[in-house]
Amino acid sequence: MTTSRRSFLQLGAAAALTAPALVPSAWAAQDIKLGSLLDLSGNFDAYGKPMSMGLDLALDQINKSGGIGQRKVVKVGYDTQSDIAQYTKFAQQLVRQDKVDLVVGGILSASREAIRPLLHRANMPYFYTPLYEGGVCDRNAFLTGATPAQQAEILIPAAMKAFNGKKAYVLAADYNYGQYMARWFQKLLQANGGSAIATEFFPLDVSDFNSTIKKIQDQKPDFLISALVGGAHLSFYRQWAAAGLKGKIPIASTTLGVGNEHIVLTPTEGDGILLAYNYSKDLDTPASKAFVSAWKAKYGDDTAITEMAVSQYQTTMLWAAAVRKAGSTQRDAVTAALEGPLSIDAPSGKLSIDPQTHHAVIDVHLMEVRNQRLAVKQSFAQRGPVDTLAVCDLKRNPADNKQYDIKI
Amino acid sequence: MDSVLVTLIDFASTICFLALISLGLALVFGLMRVINLAHGEFMVLGGYAAILASQAGINVWIAMLVIAPLAVGLFGLVVERFVMRRLYGRMIDTMLATWGLSLLISGLLVTIFGNTTTGLQNPLGPVAVGRYSIGGYSLFLIGATVALLAVVFMLLRFTRIGLVVRGAMQSADVVAGLGYSPQRIYMLTFAAGAALSGLAGGLLAPLTGITPVSGGQFIAKAFITVIAGGPSAIAGTMLASFSLGLVSKIVEVLGTAVAGELALLVIAVVILRVLPQGITGRLFKGTI
Repeated sequence: MTTSRRSFLQLGAAAALTAPALVPSAWAAQDIKLGSLLDLSGNFDAYGKPMSMGLDLALDQINKSGGIGQRKVVKVGYDTQSDIAQYTKFAQQLVRQDKVDLVVGGILSASREAIRPLLHRANMPYFYTPLYEGGVCDRNAFLTGATPAQQAEILIPAAMKAFNGKKAYVLAADYNYGQYMARWFQKLLQANGGSAIATEFFPLDVSDFNSTIKKIQDQKPDFLISALVGGAHLSFYRQWAAAGLKGKIPIASTTLGVGNEHIVLTPTEGDGILLAYNYSKDLDTPASKAFVSAWKAKYGDDTAITEMAVSQYQTTMLWAAAVRKAGSTQRDAVTAALEGPLSIDAPSGKLSIDPQTHHAVIDVHLMEVRNQRLAVKQSFAQRGPVDTLAVCDLKRNPADNKQYDIKI
Repeated sequence: MDSVLVTLIDFASTICFLALISLGLALVFGLMRVINLAHGEFMVLGGYAAILASQAGINVWIAMLVIAPLAVGLFGLVVERFVMRRLYGRMIDTMLATWGLSLLISGLLVTIFGNTTTGLQNPLGPVAVGRYSIGGYSLFLIGATVALLAVVFMLLRFTRIGLVVRGAMQSADVVAGLGYSPQRIYMLTFAAGAALSGLAGGLLAPLTGITPVSGGQFIAKAFITVIAGGPSAIAGTMLASFSLGLVSKIVEVLGTAVAGELALLVIAVVILRVLPQGITGRLFKGTI
């Protein structure tokens, strides 16, 4: 047999290409692979980077305590670059090439809806952790962030009580989340004997609020409720304080603070604004303190801890608890374990999955901005996702796979 | 009565906001036919200069009114020497280069400061107008914008430097023939435009706040105002800010903020359909 130089080269190249692929998979067969899709660059990296830090901290802790049943958990992570097209591309890669055991990720609702149906078809368990508008009904997916009702149900009555008033002026960002949140505000105000005397929506790039500030002074509400979103809308709080109205008409918000906005506002602009969230790093529980000190040990300081970073961390911990309980990473076994009864003592309080909706049952904390921190005023234990519960029943329809538009 | 007054102040502040964010861009565009797409980032740099200076203990007024324009003016000088002077007369290339520059600046700012920055403490308290309370700083901004327009107008209209600059604008060759270097005039004009952007950024920092990516928030409106205004830097900026601001504000007061934003774009389209060279391309031709 003669070996030509060309075929020898082809053979050699093929061997060189396949060999490195074979070696690691041989010894890594025991590892559990967690696929992560987050925007670590581009428009939404301010959200994505802290979430990635939360995930890494969780994996560190899981692996340091010996992994799950002697198996290490390794991350296969991709930067989705704040681009929806990258989500579908990398989700397919995670399913087909990397063959991961689960996917955690997605930030905007649009990014979630780009990959959720794809992961559903591939029978790949999917965890989505940010706060979102609610309504997703999919037995393959677990949605662990707070939904509008979970926040508003606490915030509205608390604001009416704290501010001793019934008439509210509602300000919200003009896209589906803001529109939806505003309807919840109106409903809950009425349910508690109050009313929304005006509701105003603002495009995301509006930064001039002078005429609104005049309208508010004309209407004389008892307090304001804000679901304003993003950097430009922060101007509202500045102009409101500059007009000297902050001491006169108080503000409650379901959005301020998610992107660490309370650090961007000066204390004179931010102090006293009432909020309701799943987590504040000032939460005085052993689990929360342990989490903050572990974060500081890994990253140096705690400025990057956000609601979404914590959600990413504790969701990963909840999944790990489910795999331990199930003794397997198989989808059906882990799903059964998560459907419970199973709960963990998370930084934000007790965390479990509601089997009917696959959303989280969480503690919600009433907070107040105080000197650029979120000071916890009162905690409300174990709030279910009542908005999604009204439209979704995975026990009756386990094959359901859509996002419902929740009628309020 | 007080309601009318507050509404009028509101109108004036919207018009002045447009004029303030457009002036630096208009000067460079009017004199040099260069569209600086990094204009928004120049404003952001001005805001950061003011914030850092005030955090370092410098008086907030000096930080906004002196340090912000000085720092960004110097930066503009460097950009002109290294980038812009190689690209004069190539409009598309300058747009591409300045767009790249804007991405670079905002990327660097994110790397250095992270995505969040504490704003500048508002130095003025509220003012009572009848039953209403409005921000004293908004009133100051109206005054500052009017003063700034007046100063730039007088510089261009009544001084020797202004005469030379206007000459270079009409015919660079003739100015060169008279012994002035067009290269130097361009360099200084670009730096002056950058300084005006920096000043605008510094002045707006207490009111709108500044993040590394907030340049995009300003550039679109500034760009529309400058194009609608046409070739005359001062008159164009004033007329375009006035018409765009007035119409969008009337629609906003009668309707919603969404409709107001839409109206601004619609009126800009109408202006450019009727006057394709901008307002001062046909009307008030030859003004400064």
